[in-house]
Amino acid sequence: MSVVLLLLVVGILITLIMQSMPSIKSLGIGYLWGKVWDPVNNIYGAYPFLVGTLLTSFTALIVSIPFSYAIAIYLGEYNPKGWLSNLLKNTIELIAAVPSIIYGFWALFILVPVVRNFEIKIGVAPYGVGVFSASLVLAVMIIPYAAALGTSMIRMVPSPLKEGAYALGATRFEVIRSVILPYTRSGLFAGILLSLGRALGETMAVTVLIGNTSAIAHTFKDVFFGPGNTMASVIANEFAEADHTLYLSALIELGLVLFFVTVVINLIGKRIITKYTNH
Amino acid sequence: MDARIGIRNTKSIIFKSVIVFLAFVITIPLIIVLLYIIKQGVMQVNWHFLTHVPAPEGEKGGGIANALVGSLIIVAMSSIIAIPIGILAGIYLSENPGTKLAYYSGLCVDILQGVPSIVVGIVIYFWIVKPLGFSAISGSIALAIMMMPIVIRSTEQTLLLLPPSLKEAALSLGVPYHRVILKVIVPCGFAGILSGIILSIARIIGETAPLLFTALGNVYLSTSIAKPMESLPHLIFTYATSPYDDQHDLAWGASFILLMFVLILNITTKLITRKWNIQL
Repeated sequence: MSVVLLLLVVGILITLIMQSMPSIKSLGIGYLWGKVWDPVNNIYGAYPFLVGTLLTSFTALIVSIPFSYAIAIYLGEYNPKGWLSNLLKNTIELIAAVPSIIYGFWALFILVPVVRNFEIKIGVAPYGVGVFSASLVLAVMIIPYAAALGTSMIRMVPSPLKEGAYALGATRFEVIRSVILPYTRSGLFAGILLSLGRALGETMAVTVLIGNTSAIAHTFKDVFFGPGNTMASVIANEFAEADHTLYLSALIELGLVLFFVTVVINLIGKRIITKYTNH
Repeated sequence: MDARIGIRNTKSIIFKSVIVFLAFVITIPLIIVLLYIIKQGVMQVNWHFLTHVPAPEGEKGGGIANALVGSLIIVAMSSIIAIPIGILAGIYLSENPGTKLAYYSGLCVDILQGVPSIVVGIVIYFWIVKPLGFSAISGSIALAIMMMPIVIRSTEQTLLLLPPSLKEAALSLGVPYHRVILKVIVPCGFAGILSGIILSIARIIGETAPLLFTALGNVYLSTSIAKPMESLPHLIFTYATSPYDDQHDLAWGASFILLMFVLILNITTKLITRKWNIQL
């Protein structure tokens, strides 16, 4: 049965490569930074989607990091046991359990009007949907992954280390800053990588919220607050409509890139975890 | 000296307050989402809603029977595919740690866990949909691929936690290896394996992306696994982005039902793990 797994992974890889061959051959490597995506005129460039994916994922990541660190420190150090800690832990796990389409649906009707008002106030075009809204929802969705890993990493800090610091007269904050955080640095980093992997591949909530425009705006402000597209969302939206080989295979090449990036990020993350837990 | 200690203690207290604030404030979005879905959904759900198919566009009424039945069938078929493979592979990984095959299969599990769901959808489109057409079974296979890594990992983790003396005792009594696995190892780890299975079902029942190009969706009630089939998450996606208010209402109701499934499955896992005191 384990052989099935090997075949499955190899099969996925081969299928993606084979099906994206037409686009790799005719568009070459320049495809990745071609700025125009215009299937009607057979012009394909992945740059708008790369920007969209990276921008949403990293914005979400930056927003989520303070929260996931706070949860990890609280559950790992301040309050590792007891009902309150259990309640918080289960609630955070629940964030990951809610299907992403439900977040997308809710945000489309409740968050988007709020964002629209906010955009009017700060004086940008009030689309509502777009990179900004998608990033906000994404930020909440990816917190559990980094938080859960961070919590278990912080709980594994040997108590003699902490006790030593306390014995030298360190306050709790100083112990966390100078003992726990340095000791768990790579573990926390691995957690962030796993969150990033999730954010990059997340499809449905983003598809509903991002606004689906393949044209890239000129100023950063318009890119950030305006509608866009990510690699996953453009596949979700256009795959079924792709009516000729090159169009389809250009979309699959996006899937291939997405596959590679998320797999590499996940494997690095897991490698750090194994290395760290074996010490 | 005293003043410095004062400052340091104050710093420590401020830091703790910030941490506690951040850790708890993030539960607010979740609570808002849950309460809103429940508020909007409860109004929709009644017997008619559960037993009728959606009304045509622009008309009032109708229900989500097609999606409800579809989701159950699709998830049941995925479980039939993924659970046996998952448990067997999990047993293999826990019984043969350190072999080359186990190392590479473990790697594959990690890879599968990280594959974006939309990519699984694309691949299944080429494997099954292109030769055979859109069908419920292709959706099930896509979901089974998402489900397998979770079942494998939970089986492996549970079995690794069992004391080796259990297996050794059985083997020393002359019990053949396959019977040791079936009658000793698996029953002892049953609770852990079961909670892994339930967790994996909770994970895939809300997956939309792999179904977009496989099970496709169907406005009629269909029980044929060779034909396109509607599912709860797919129905929410189509109706959420439609311009009709009546369809939004259907989507709220469907979200509520889907949310209830996910919550119940998650709570069941929690109860099982607490009762048998296992960690996943």
